[in-house]
Amino acid sequence: MCKTSNAQTGDIMNSDFKKTPLYDTHVSLGSQMGPFGGYMMPISYKGIIHEHHACRKGAVLFDTCHMGEFTVQGPRALADLENLVSCDVASMKSGQCRYGLMCNDGGGVIDDLLVYRFDENDFMLVVNAGTQDGDFKWLQSHLSPGTIAINVSNETAKFDLQGPGSVKIAQAILDEPVTDLRFYHFKRNTANSRKVLVSRTGYTGEVGFEIYSEPDLSLKLWHRCMELGAEPAGLGARDTLRLEMGMPLYGHELNEKRNAAESGFMRAIAQSKNFIGSNVVLNASAKKSQLVGVRLEGRRAARNGDMIQDDAGNTIGEVTSGSFAPSLEIAIAMGYVENVFSKPGCCVFIKTVRQNIPAVVCELPFYRNATARRPIKDFC
Amino acid sequence: MSPEDRKYTKTHEWVKVEGDTAVVGITDHAQKALGDITFVELPSVGKVVKQAQECGVVESVKAASDIYAPVAGKVVEVNNMVSEKPETVNQDAYGAGWMVKFSDFDAEQVAGLLSAEEYDQTAGQH
Repeated sequence: MCKTSNAQTGDIMNSDFKKTPLYDTHVSLGSQMGPFGGYMMPISYKGIIHEHHACRKGAVLFDTCHMGEFTVQGPRALADLENLVSCDVASMKSGQCRYGLMCNDGGGVIDDLLVYRFDENDFMLVVNAGTQDGDFKWLQSHLSPGTIAINVSNETAKFDLQGPGSVKIAQAILDEPVTDLRFYHFKRNTANSRKVLVSRTGYTGEVGFEIYSEPDLSLKLWHRCMELGAEPAGLGARDTLRLEMGMPLYGHELNEKRNAAESGFMRAIAQSKNFIGSNVVLNASAKKSQLVGVRLEGRRAARNGDMIQDDAGNTIGEVTSGSFAPSLEIAIAMGYVENVFSKPGCCVFIKTVRQNIPAVVCELPFYRNATARRPIKDFC
Repeated sequence: MSPEDRKYTKTHEWVKVEGDTAVVGITDHAQKALGDITFVELPSVGKVVKQAQECGVVESVKAASDIYAPVAGKVVEVNNMVSEKPETVNQDAYGAGWMVKFSDFDAEQVAGLLSAEEYDQTAGQH
């Protein structure tokens, strides 16, 4: 069974990849490591499914130091970001985060990101690992004179503490309470009397936090969280968790060629402002296909690149992500289909290397019992 | 150390002769490399396969792999337990996680496969 597809294993030269401040910790915990976004990252420790359930039921830690952070400040910072990202920035309050897309002139997606608003003209952008260099160049080339963007990725460490058990752990490691932190909001806090930034965000659908600090503090807090019962989780579980929530992974659901509007992430796309790419993104007739979720018949998974066909065998789209879904115990996938096939209930077939698998278009998210939006007091 | 009561392939299958039957599964190294196994497809009983021919599929959360017949033979039994509970392969690759039983196989083909020691020396190099 040597012929594998999508395998993360193999002989990869570690030296070709960057390491996060938590790299040695992952290795000492016995994690299987693999390349992602230019970094050697943990894929899984005890097993993807175990870590997946640990996040849905308990608390897990993800090393997200590989992600990029840029600060953007200056008298025209707001106006510049309104032009650069698809979401409405002006209506954000200080202490709020919002998900948005950074588009090119053709309406394709350069990256998806989170905007953090500190003050009227004081922001932070959090971007993907593999795209951060290109993102920063694009950002810098579209700023007004007087707007200053700084790439603070190297001095900013971050880990995600996620799951219903994360609230008590966050309370224990942070000096100030997090009980007043609302979904998609953030606050400055301290841990060991040192500065941290805590947002109530994540990529799992569960209640949880992203915790930013200096690298050495991040390492200490990671271990403290583990002592308090959080389990380390790798990119494998991160992927199954986000897929069950219908959340996109850059390079799969989103890329520079595909019109951002086809993703259907309309909460991330302001309808009443101009931004780079908006002439395409906001033009309904430019939207040729639609990102959908599909439930497959059984446990056999579809994979990125598999064709989606109608019952006559015509290709109508392509799978962008697919996996067995641990919380649903069936295989699920996301992919783009021609608009007429995008209605929930529509029956399609996924043409995999080995079999044509019947599938049904369904509403997103796939997983309906996630806790992210529940009041934080429910978890104290 | 892999069990010495059976033979191995470079493609990470094992075969153990029990009387007139050759029992086949995947190695512990293979199940670890695949991670959590979520789906197993096995051949139909009665199917005749050649050596190294595809005779099943193992899928994990992150990968899909073909299973190759270590020896030519006729499928006489398949382990429905691993189809119903694929995690059995993770839990006990050399025992309850067996996959296919062959009859009418060639003992010389079995003899030509890797010993446990030879397999262990090559296992990390797939």
